[in-house]
Amino acid sequence: MEIKVCGPDCAKCHETERVVREALDEAGVTAQVVKVSDFNEIAKLGVFTTPAVVIDGQIKCSGKTPTKKEVMAWIGG
Amino acid sequence: MEWQREWKPLALMVVVFLAVYHLPVGIPRFDNAIQEALELVRWYAREHVLLCLIPAFFIAGAIAVFVSQASVLKYLGAGANKVLAYGVASVSGTVLAVCSCTVLPLFAGIYRMGAGLGPAAAFLYAGPAINVLAIVLTARVLGAEMGIARAVAAIAFSIVIGLAMHWIFRKEEQEKQLAQAAQPQVESSRPLWQNALFFGAMIGILVFANWGGGEGGGFWSLVAAYRWWLTSLLALLLGIMLMFWFGLPKGQVLLAGAPALVLALVFPSQPTLAFIAGFIGLSLLLGRREDENGTWFKESWDFAKQILPLLLLGVLVAGLLLGRPGQEGLIPSEWVSRAVGDNSLGANFFASLVGAFMYFATLTEIPILQGLIGNGMHKGPALALLLAGPALSLPNMLVIRSLIGTLKTVIFIALVVVMATISGLLYGALF
Repeated sequence: MEIKVCGPDCAKCHETERVVREALDEAGVTAQVVKVSDFNEIAKLGVFTTPAVVIDGQIKCSGKTPTKKEVMAWIGG
Repeated sequence: MEWQREWKPLALMVVVFLAVYHLPVGIPRFDNAIQEALELVRWYAREHVLLCLIPAFFIAGAIAVFVSQASVLKYLGAGANKVLAYGVASVSGTVLAVCSCTVLPLFAGIYRMGAGLGPAAAFLYAGPAINVLAIVLTARVLGAEMGIARAVAAIAFSIVIGLAMHWIFRKEEQEKQLAQAAQPQVESSRPLWQNALFFGAMIGILVFANWGGGEGGGFWSLVAAYRWWLTSLLALLLGIMLMFWFGLPKGQVLLAGAPALVLALVFPSQPTLAFIAGFIGLSLLLGRREDENGTWFKESWDFAKQILPLLLLGVLVAGLLLGRPGQEGLIPSEWVSRAVGDNSLGANFFASLVGAFMYFATLTEIPILQGLIGNGMHKGPALALLLAGPALSLPNMLVIRSLIGTLKTVIFIALVVVMATISGLLYGALF
């Protein structure tokens, strides 16, 4: 599973990355977490609003920091 | 020692040491500037944080959660009606650009996968100027007139800039292959009119709590006399809406509102106490929830956490350099009035150009501008700076360049500077 966290270096984007990593830890799921901060790359993924979480090419959320519960549900933990 | 790695802290140490070594303590201008900085910070803390910024953070948080961004983005997508796209792009900053870090990704998205260069440029120009927090604080600190002028000019000129960008690069735009952006589907949990009343009540609380000017008689002073009654009435309505439309437990809402009511009855001469108690109650009510009401609080808190430290720093710097209105800081008033003291073309152009290149952290443009006006800056150049400032800065120019190339970036900057200059000239001449 590949998880992309999209967003420039802003507070909410770091928060999102932290939430995703913590959710992975707690669920005991291993996945590759990639931080995407280049705007061109973000646009190519089809993401309009950041922070966004893209799991295996599918946009799970965009424009807000997800809660740990939501991330758990996406990664099936 | 690893010089390649250690030279940075060394250089920093030398710079800090030299600065401290030559610290001009005791020189009247410097000592006075420190005093001014502290006085200005205190003034902001007393006048603007409790009644103005705190409700504004809650409104911004509510916008982020309860206003469906997808429904706005629909009008900026690839298949969108082009005429409509410009209009939506110019005003959607109120809803979409509440956080400065969302402006550039959205710009990239609209340009690459959405309505194209024109609407993207319109959004980039207007977005930062018309977000709720910016308008509220501008109106509060610099006067309602300036707040309205800022919003109206930003919206009007963003459309002009967008159309100009589209027209200049119209050939390229036609050839561009558009990739469709995925639109997140968001279901709305309550009808539009309920949301509208909810936001109306909150904006009303913000407006009435800050209603100033009891002098002169007439409508303004009548409202000023009853402002706390109006604020309380709206707070009551807000509580009722939270109970019935937002699914919050009725008992808890009553419990959260009770301290505010008690304080209002016991200390009727200190309405701020009840006001603060109301917001603490609201925070406790929302803060522990997991649903969208919880997210509302979290978003509001995120805004506060992100913006307050920067604003504090900005106020300190503005106070240090420029002093409070009517006072001097480190920079002599004479310099300011010589450079931008009148409404000439040169002054407006200078203000626009400086604003375009300078970096302002969210909202810090306001204390800085307040200082400049206090030192004799004319209203025209002030508006010019306010328009060119938050939309552009040297760092974000570099990002924009990586997205749309050098030529388009240069033309965009030129358009922003020219438009800001014209808006400043017009405003300065009219008011």
